Amino acid sequence: MQVSYFPGCTLKNKAKQLDAAARLSARELGVELIEIPDWQCCGGVFTTAKDEVATKLSSVRVLEYAKEHGMPLVTVCSACHNVIKQTNHAIQNDEEFALHVNNYLALDTPYGGEAKVIHYLELLRDEIGFDAIREKVKKPFAGKRIAAYYGCLLLRPNSVMKMDDPENPKVMEDFIRAIGAEPVIYPCRNECCGGYVVMEDAAQAKKRSVEIMCSAELCGADMIVTACPLCKYNLMKNGNSTIPVRYFTELLAEALCVKEENHGS
Amino acid sequence: MQRIGVFVCWCGSNIAATIDVQRVSDTLAHEPGVVFSANYQYMCSQAGQDLIKDAVRDHALTGIVICSCSPRMHEATFRKTAAAAGINSYMVEIANIREQCSWVHKDKMVGTEKAITLGRAAIAKVNLNAPLIPGETPVTKRALVIGGGIAGIQTALDIADAGFEVDIVEKKPTIGGKMAQLDKTFPTLDCAACILTPKMVDAAQNDKIRIFSYSEVTEVKGFVGNFNVKITKHARFVDETKCTGCGLCTEKCPQKGIPNEFNLNMDNRRAIYIPFAQAIPKIATIDPEHCNMLKSGKCGVCSKVCAAGAIDYTQRDEVIEESYGAIVAATGFNPISMDKFDEFAYSTSKDVVTSLEFERLMNAAGPTGGTLLRPSDGKHPHTIVFVQCVGSRCSADAEKGKEYCSKICCMYTAKHAMLTREKYPDTEVYVFYIDVRTPGKNFDEFYRRAVEEYGVHYIKGMVGKVMPQGDKLIVQASDLLDDRQLRIAADMVVLAAAMEPDKSARSLATMLTASMDTNDFFTEAHPKLRPVESPTAGIFLSGTCQGPKDIPETVAQASAAASKVIGLLCKERLVGNPCVANSNENMCTGCSLCERVCPYGAITYSDKEFKMPDRSLRIRRVASVNEAVCQGCGACTVACPSGAMDLKGFSVQQIMAEVDAICK
Amino acid sequence: MEVKNERLKEQLIRISGVNPRKCMKCGKCSASCPSYDEMEYHPHQFVSMVESGNIDPLMNSESLYKCLTCFACVDRCPRNVEPAKLVEAVRLMVIRQQGRNRLTPDDIPALIDDELPQQAIVSALRKYTR
Repeated sequence: MQVSYFPGCTLKNKAKQLDAAARLSARELGVELIEIPDWQCCGGVFTTAKDEVATKLSSVRVLEYAKEHGMPLVTVCSACHNVIKQTNHAIQNDEEFALHVNNYLALDTPYGGEAKVIHYLELLRDEIGFDAIREKVKKPFAGKRIAAYYGCLLLRPNSVMKMDDPENPKVMEDFIRAIGAEPVIYPCRNECCGGYVVMEDAAQAKKRSVEIMCSAELCGADMIVTACPLCKYNLMKNGNSTIPVRYFTELLAEALCVKEENHGS
Repeated sequence: MQRIGVFVCWCGSNIAATIDVQRVSDTLAHEPGVVFSANYQYMCSQAGQDLIKDAVRDHALTGIVICSCSPRMHEATFRKTAAAAGINSYMVEIANIREQCSWVHKDKMVGTEKAITLGRAAIAKVNLNAPLIPGETPVTKRALVIGGGIAGIQTALDIADAGFEVDIVEKKPTIGGKMAQLDKTFPTLDCAACILTPKMVDAAQNDKIRIFSYSEVTEVKGFVGNFNVKITKHARFVDETKCTGCGLCTEKCPQKGIPNEFNLNMDNRRAIYIPFAQAIPKIATIDPEHCNMLKSGKCGVCSKVCAAGAIDYTQRDEVIEESYGAIVAATGFNPISMDKFDEFAYSTSKDVVTSLEFERLMNAAGPTGGTLLRPSDGKHPHTIVFVQCVGSRCSADAEKGKEYCSKICCMYTAKHAMLTREKYPDTEVYVFYIDVRTPGKNFDEFYRRAVEEYGVHYIKGMVGKVMPQGDKLIVQASDLLDDRQLRIAADMVVLAAAMEPDKSARSLATMLTASMDTNDFFTEAHPKLRPVESPTAGIFLSGTCQGPKDIPETVAQASAAASKVIGLLCKERLVGNPCVANSNENMCTGCSLCERVCPYGAITYSDKEFKMPDRSLRIRRVASVNEAVCQGCGACTVACPSGAMDLKGFSVQQIMAEVDAICK
Repeated sequence: MEVKNERLKEQLIRISGVNPRKCMKCGKCSASCPSYDEMEYHPHQFVSMVESGNIDPLMNSESLYKCLTCFACVDRCPRNVEPAKLVEAVRLMVIRQQGRNRLTPDDIPALIDDELPQQAIVSALRKYTR
């Protein structure tokens, strides 16, 4: 199976390992991630104001590409996924916004929200299946107690993201089981780490991160996994904990025993 | 040719404000057949009716057109007026110029034109009306009550008390319903079982009442006064006539660890069980999903220990057919699922419970024997947080919960809080509320007592999240009056889950052709004036299947429904609707389409001899309508391909005349 | 309500798509808010103060920059009021004013370290700068 792939800028720079592991693992699982050519940064945050158009155009461009190529659009970074999915939803549900966007882009056929936007975790769950993954795991994380950190971007707003139960999600826990580890359920897994204010209000970002790391630690986690580079940065820098925070794709690649052949791309 | 009188009603200013009634009556005076036309302030008043009667006498009228409110409102009134004046009731037609005209139009010109058009259509129809005589049908003097909770029990007791036979059908193995699961009742704090179980026993001992427990209504045919109902009695694998309810089997059964639904799965039962000590009927029931004997033929312990020889593994579902004159829906409610409210950690912590679960935890016959203990570790909770309005009062676009207020939660939460403080003064109790709604006799006083005497902490605000951390539940909440966010380390959290109609109500409503609202509560015939009747004749409503209510209200409604049923069953015969279908045998081709679409089974086919023009005899298969059974729905007249089937009072000719008058 | 506040309110409602009249004042938004203690005005107050036209205090408040945009209030609101969108609309109303940028590119070098992901910079500029 082939899918359109939007890595996003952080995955090309500070979070290269998130990207590389995602590509290698997908290939091992029979999915080819086809990177959208000439993609632009999604902007990192979805502005909810209805009169904000320009900041959402780059997302529409990649959505339009995915539609034209008839493939679902896969992202790994939680923030990119959130921004692109919310943009798509706005096109589908806000006529005036769709009109503004299409008026500006002047496409041959107006874009109406036709592309299917899925997160890499949904690709694993719905297209490949966790059972199939479990069978391909060569080096399970047996005995590891891993806590999934969802944060807010993957799950909320639920009326748009519709990925999982926003208050009691399962997809990452199922993923953790599939790679042979034991998931740790802790109450802060869907709490915000304050990543968006990490520059503007470092004290608050720290307070949030410490609470989340403490919560996971109290519940006996050996490790935390996340999909979001900003969360990972914030939790590691500000979380005041020794528990490692890793990307879920890194764990997947290790469990599947796939290694990067060249570090170029 | 008819001599028609037209009577235009002002309905005070309801009609006259947006319709020029004088112009309407003047214009309609020139319609074919009209010999008299007048308008008056209130046509339904005595003076208005006298005006009609005088006109009938003075102008020798044969037909009447009333331009007024909806026929649902006053058609019966004016039919009686006509009959009193000596005209057949079915020579009256109503043109609805209020609900469908004056109330929807603002422009007087437009309204007046439309009123004239509607009047014309009614006149065109009356010109073709013929006198109709309604038939009569006998009434089966037995009532069916569906649901054996407090509503169903009360309704059945009252009907039986009037001397009529009544059957209760209850899908669970025992009657008693939700009230049997409650501990104490507000605002008097008397024990629910103490006041309910005597009523259950009364029902069981009343020789006019039959109880079909572990049974369901599976088919309803017929109509008011004459319903034919199929009741499926599920196999309980225990002979009801032999079982003494000794309970030995329920102790010896080796299949343990089956979640006990009576205690809301907070403890276990065996594969053979009696839901609770005062169950009625007190008969054991085998749960076929968990019984080893039924699943694999290996066991038979219950049969061995049963001295009465009541166990029968070969028992099968049994279908009982019975006829009834009236049916009462009393299907009750359930708390909604907490699936969409996991911010309260219901699915991740055992110590987060619903209010109904809390009732069981407080009840002497509950899983903890009446001592309030945490489900997780059996420890005494020292801090309890109650959350009100969980899933009630949610907007439709929030895509979770119910839009309505569940009405009883404020009071039962005050009760729980008060009882907790009374039994365990060392326990701190917090109640988070949006509004405290206590309309009811001695209700607000009760709530104030919880606050002032028992020291329950009522906090205006909501809980945002419950975080299980160690053996505590961290409750993050807002205190709007103090303008702060709280974090309470609680031992238990109790959720006042919204109530919703029992899931069985939807399919039952379809069987009964009774209407429901968008929340699946049964709709009443009139929200104020006919609150215990369904719009479908012969179907009555009792208890929470009609809307959220507490026990006193439920019992009041149950008795009201019973009195309506008694009023019906007292009648020897019911006057039917003469607007029934009628088959023209000469045109009937015998295709059977009408028979297939008839929802009432009113159409039968038979072979009949017909004399042909050449005097020879020919046998043809033709439809005939049982006028006593036909409800005049008109489905057959639409289905009939040859045009043989027609509806009296609503013939094709009459309706086409109305359409022509409108389109003229 | 003053004409100026009436206008402001209309504009906030239009750009946020939030109808503050839907609020039943339960306080679940403020109960869910992770930044509650950092905020002078809390999510439920944003809704209530916009509805009553008391908007100036909100526009001058540091609370605008304390909202994490985590959408907990949006998801948990039983009336689907979406307070976070209103907070964002008020914030935009301020930073769209001349000279009111919260963050300028010149501020950034002092705030970053080697590990900081790009998205932190991009999103901060998106949120606080016009």
